Amino acid sequence: MITYVLRRLGAGIILAVLVTFITYLLLAPSFEKIVRSILGTAATDANVAGRMQKLGYDRPVGVQYLDWLGGVFKGDFGRSLFTSELVGPAVTQRLGVTLSIVLPALAITVLLSIALGVIAAVRGGTIDKISQGVSLIGMLVPSLLLAIVLVLIFAVTLRWLPATGYAAPSSNFDGYLRTAAIPIFVLLIGGVANMAAQVRGAMIGELRKDYVRTLRARGMKNTTVVMQHALRNAVGPAVTVLGLEFLAMLGGALFIEKVFALPGFGTYAFSAALRGDVPVVMGITGFTVLLTVTINLLADLVNGWLNPKARLQ
Amino acid sequence: MSVEQLTADPDLEASARTPLWKRLAGDPQAVITGAILTVIVLVGFLGPFFWTHDPNAADLNYANALPGDPNRPLGGDQNGRDILARLLASTQTSIIAGLIGVIVALLVGVTAGLVGGYLGSKTSAVTEWLFNLVMTFPGILLLILLMPVTGGDYRVTMVIYGVLLSPAIFRIVRGLVIATKGELFVDAARVSGLTDTRILARHILAVIRGPIIVASAFLVGTAIGVQAGLAFLGVGSSAVPSFGSMVSEGFTNLYLRPMQFLWPSITLGLITACLILFGNALRDALEGGQKNVGGRKSRRPASSARPLEPIPSEENALLVVRDLQIGYPASDGTVRPVVKGVNFTLNKGEILGLVGESGSGKSQTAFSILKLLPAEAVILGGSVWFDGINLLEASERDMQKIRGRRIGYIPQEPMSNLDPSYRVGAQLVKSVRATTGVDRKEAKARVMELLERVGIANPERVYRSYPFQISGGMAQRVLIAGAVASRPALLIADEPTTALDVTVQAEILDLLRDLQKDLDLAIILVTHNFGVVADICERIAVMKDGRIVETGEAVDVFDNPASAYTKSLLAAILDESTVRADRPAALAQKQE
Repeated sequence: MITYVLRRLGAGIILAVLVTFITYLLLAPSFEKIVRSILGTAATDANVAGRMQKLGYDRPVGVQYLDWLGGVFKGDFGRSLFTSELVGPAVTQRLGVTLSIVLPALAITVLLSIALGVIAAVRGGTIDKISQGVSLIGMLVPSLLLAIVLVLIFAVTLRWLPATGYAAPSSNFDGYLRTAAIPIFVLLIGGVANMAAQVRGAMIGELRKDYVRTLRARGMKNTTVVMQHALRNAVGPAVTVLGLEFLAMLGGALFIEKVFALPGFGTYAFSAALRGDVPVVMGITGFTVLLTVTINLLADLVNGWLNPKARLQ
Repeated sequence: MSVEQLTADPDLEASARTPLWKRLAGDPQAVITGAILTVIVLVGFLGPFFWTHDPNAADLNYANALPGDPNRPLGGDQNGRDILARLLASTQTSIIAGLIGVIVALLVGVTAGLVGGYLGSKTSAVTEWLFNLVMTFPGILLLILLMPVTGGDYRVTMVIYGVLLSPAIFRIVRGLVIATKGELFVDAARVSGLTDTRILARHILAVIRGPIIVASAFLVGTAIGVQAGLAFLGVGSSAVPSFGSMVSEGFTNLYLRPMQFLWPSITLGLITACLILFGNALRDALEGGQKNVGGRKSRRPASSARPLEPIPSEENALLVVRDLQIGYPASDGTVRPVVKGVNFTLNKGEILGLVGESGSGKSQTAFSILKLLPAEAVILGGSVWFDGINLLEASERDMQKIRGRRIGYIPQEPMSNLDPSYRVGAQLVKSVRATTGVDRKEAKARVMELLERVGIANPERVYRSYPFQISGGMAQRVLIAGAVASRPALLIADEPTTALDVTVQAEILDLLRDLQKDLDLAIILVTHNFGVVADICERIAVMKDGRIVETGEAVDVFDNPASAYTKSLLAAILDESTVRADRPAALAQKQE
């Protein structure tokens, strides 16, 4: 088991290196254009070449990348080309804002999805239709539209919550709740819609299996069979979906943060990408990849732990 | 090309038992959402031929024009562009975006998932690694980063997004393939000499198609949403009308002309919602639909006058089945009977063989005694008297007390009847505790004793094993232990030896015979195999087409079958000489 974890971790690090390298390769051709935009239209070719040299962009791409990677291993992600801000602390701070929206949304998503999915699969009929209706609402309204509509209702019309802005949960919890409530709600609606359908599907599949009938034939309560056996077996696929859902929420945050003007990872990434702020884009890519690797590793570990066959081999 | 392509896939239809379209046609959800999607696709693609306004032509005369103008039927946006023409063009953009995304995702994900899941561990590791690479790319961020590469063309963006979506499909396919690969029917296919490609094509595709189709419906929606979202953020060419840019423009103009925001929002929402609902309907059609597990809703005709029927008081009778009728709803709404008035009586300690071909209704009869029929089954009439109670009238709560404690059940296929996630011992302990309420320690002692009793040489090891670690014969012994754990009076054994090796079959039958003597069990042995019947049963009931065509002492039926059907069945077994050529043991004993 330990060698398995180490192997997966090693593979994850190799992945992270590869992904950031490819991103660097893709960005490299536009370095000159970016430098030109920093210096402005008045800059001569010599000015541009000088700045390229100063930034080290005149060296071979491989060397530049290794230089960046070397810095990363020392915890130095470089400085923004535009604001001279240190990338490492800036990204982690922004990531903190995004995670303070995504993680609560994910936790509530898990609880609601399991409850809705199980009830829908077991009861069928009206309750199933209602829970499918909830899923439908989540799917019906693309999260972007939902975000806009909720802002209109709660912030603009009712004035209950601020339309934009953010307060860190550590410093101002009440302010955090007020500013994060709509973004969290928007993210979790999409998450529940997706996850509940997956849980329902997996549960229907399990409930049709022979062992369920056999356990019931031994006089076990239906609820026990459902909750302790069928659900236990249905959780595996759901965990995989959960990992994907987390990444999807990070992506969704890009849109949501824009609507709510949250100072998160997504807003930061978007403006950096549009400006061509290479060190920031690289820093964001690096952090995202590491986050993804970690999430996948966790999902695999949980899945392996849930499946005795995988656990014992 | 449209979403309908998914349903028209010939492969899906070919492998379904009833044609897929027929089942879909009976589901209003599928019909309505399918129809809406078809209409949207048709309007999006054919509409511009009839409404030829240029969606990008700005005309300040029509800036923020109200709906109803002959040149701007749905009004004009803030630049005076025709909202109707823009809606039509945006619909097209969305559909193309969704299809490009999902088709790329399916092509990449399914191929790689099949290869990665089915082929050797090396290929599997490489594909998994590659897909982690793909998935690790921060997707939407990448789409934004690549703006210079894609030139803002949404189609190129969607090809890339399709690749980014493919890990979702890949993971589902790979997971299912790995799970399916170990299942018996695939082993069976391999053993019977099918090549890997054919196994992939036939068996595994049949298992994975449902989840993939559901996922695809979601993914089309996701792709459409992401395309709209990117356009909302301002990624992409402004010359391509899109719901995203329409929403973004409408949002800025919300107080002046709310409809500018509502039109694209409603259309976009409708498309995504229909996709999801259609996907769900498709899944239900493919996999037989949502079934209620509980026996809480056994429908039966209101006119039944059974309570007035006197309780049969045959002496010694443990179980009396009278005029049992079971049906299943057919696709045309009627109920098709599969058990058509079955009568039999079982005495205490007696072994009855319920014999017949598959489809004769013998298993349905057996499950109705446990009240564990599939949820869609309808009990049309009759009664099942056990210990003075009509089980068909009993509540689920009452049945819980009867199942396991008074009536035990031995299933046919040993492996699939054990919960793969729990150790053998833990499953049995749970059942014992559920029926007896003893504490964990006592339950364990009881289970160990049972495992030993059913002839397991190393009960301690089996107790600690997971189902996949024990053999089929061993698993069947475990299931028998589970069935007799609470010393029931009646045991229902549904083809208990069919899935086992011949040598193991004989051992299991010996075990059943022993247990029957020890515990004074009555057994209903459901089987298609006369050899098994001859081995163990005292009486036989032969079923055909939902009716008992002959019943009697085993000896009499074997020596002197009354019905032509029994004769033909007997002739068939003698021809094959399946189990034994000598005189069946039970008969020999009786004769002596």
